[in-house]
Amino acid sequence: MAKKTVIPFGPQHPVLPEPIHLDLVLEDEKVVQAIPSIGFIHRGLEKLVEVRDYKQYTYVVERVCGICSYMHGMGYCQAVEEIMQVEVPKRALYIRTIGAEFSRIHSHLLWLGLLADAFGFESLFMHTWKVREKILDLMEEATGGRVIFSACLVGGVRKDWDAGLLKKATDLLKEIEPETKELASVFINDATVRHRLVGVGVLTKEEAYTLGAVGPVLRASGVSEDLRKLGYAAYAELDFEPIVETAGDSYARCVVRINEIFQSMDLIKQAIAKIPEGEISVAVKGNPQGEFFSRLEQPRGEVIYYVKANGTKFLDRVRVRTPTFTNVPPLVKMLEGCDLADVPVLVLTIDPCISCTER
Amino acid sequence: MSIFEMSITIFKSLFSKPATKMYPIKPREFYKNTRGHIGIEINDCIFCGLCSKACPTSALAVDRTAKSWDITRTKCVACAACVDVCPKKCLTMENKYTAPSTDKVTDHFAAEQEQ
Repeated sequence: MAKKTVIPFGPQHPVLPEPIHLDLVLEDEKVVQAIPSIGFIHRGLEKLVEVRDYKQYTYVVERVCGICSYMHGMGYCQAVEEIMQVEVPKRALYIRTIGAEFSRIHSHLLWLGLLADAFGFESLFMHTWKVREKILDLMEEATGGRVIFSACLVGGVRKDWDAGLLKKATDLLKEIEPETKELASVFINDATVRHRLVGVGVLTKEEAYTLGAVGPVLRASGVSEDLRKLGYAAYAELDFEPIVETAGDSYARCVVRINEIFQSMDLIKQAIAKIPEGEISVAVKGNPQGEFFSRLEQPRGEVIYYVKANGTKFLDRVRVRTPTFTNVPPLVKMLEGCDLADVPVLVLTIDPCISCTER
Repeated sequence: MSIFEMSITIFKSLFSKPATKMYPIKPREFYKNTRGHIGIEINDCIFCGLCSKACPTSALAVDRTAKSWDITRTKCVACAACVDVCPKKCLTMENKYTAPSTDKVTDHFAAEQEQ
């Protein structure tokens, strides 16, 4: 039996956009155990709820993460609206859906770029981000921000998507769909890409389920679970099926995300076709009293917002359970038995967002 | 399975214009909705202080007696919460960013004294 060596991986590592630390116990080149540790960028955003009122806190939750900012705001607003029993106008729900799906596309494109970067395919990385840039431009035109959208507020959305903008969104989809297909075929068919992904980090269906994997990691292992099926926002009126792969390896996780990009494009088209006229927000008066769990599907998986209110304008507690947090145990499982050279790719396949996880 | 999947994309990019903009030679165009910085029409302001109450970062200071309105630009996150609550609509969200600075700048606005 070979001698065991411990190699620290992260928090600073070329492949990691954000700090997570792993102690890798190696036997020669094989990882036998991975011990994760987090806590490098804790910012105490949940504590801020004590000094910011529930309307101001909308701007705080959007800053939990720079990629899924839209859906963080949406999850929090949904929870507060449910507690206060605010009826959100239909048009606002559709606008939220369109915004959320655009941010899913941009998040998945970002991830595809980072994955290409992780296995050293620099030009593919640049091309993926080139497509993503166009979505960011559209989001800036629609909401006013490239990263922090400040789009949702308790009771609706802040800015309307008028007919011109919806037309622009449709045109943009027409433009980026062939470009994305072209890039997707590189990820799916290219020999060098397949060589780095197929059969690497297999997570079986049972393991994925018992270890609490969420989002694309769970669906790539063959579990058909997508929280959009709960029918929040306008998803109840849109037609889609969760995208599932059965192999459970890195390649399956990549394919699930690629297919989800096209699914999101389809959902946006459906939403644009069905969007009703009307108000985009209702005035919310008074203070919330009660508690609620709001669950929604972010690009990375299921996020849970727990909001507890006490009848004053300051909330008692806001708890965010982010998808990356639950995807860390499956990651540790995947890493067992893999080669040291595959560790960066495997860490990326769960799409880690550490700033979400630590808040 | 092939090793030339990328070739179409490569040839397309070879014969097309650069994807990046020639910044700063060609200045960036801002959208109408871009949240750049807060502007104020100080003579319309009634100094009610609703904006400073709504501000999530406490960047605004309103003094009713001195009739002044101060904004700390480095604290402001350009969320436009103040613009939404302003009863006189004298606050606006301008679509240009403020100039970068190394100091914590506070911009001071005071109403003109009545004759």
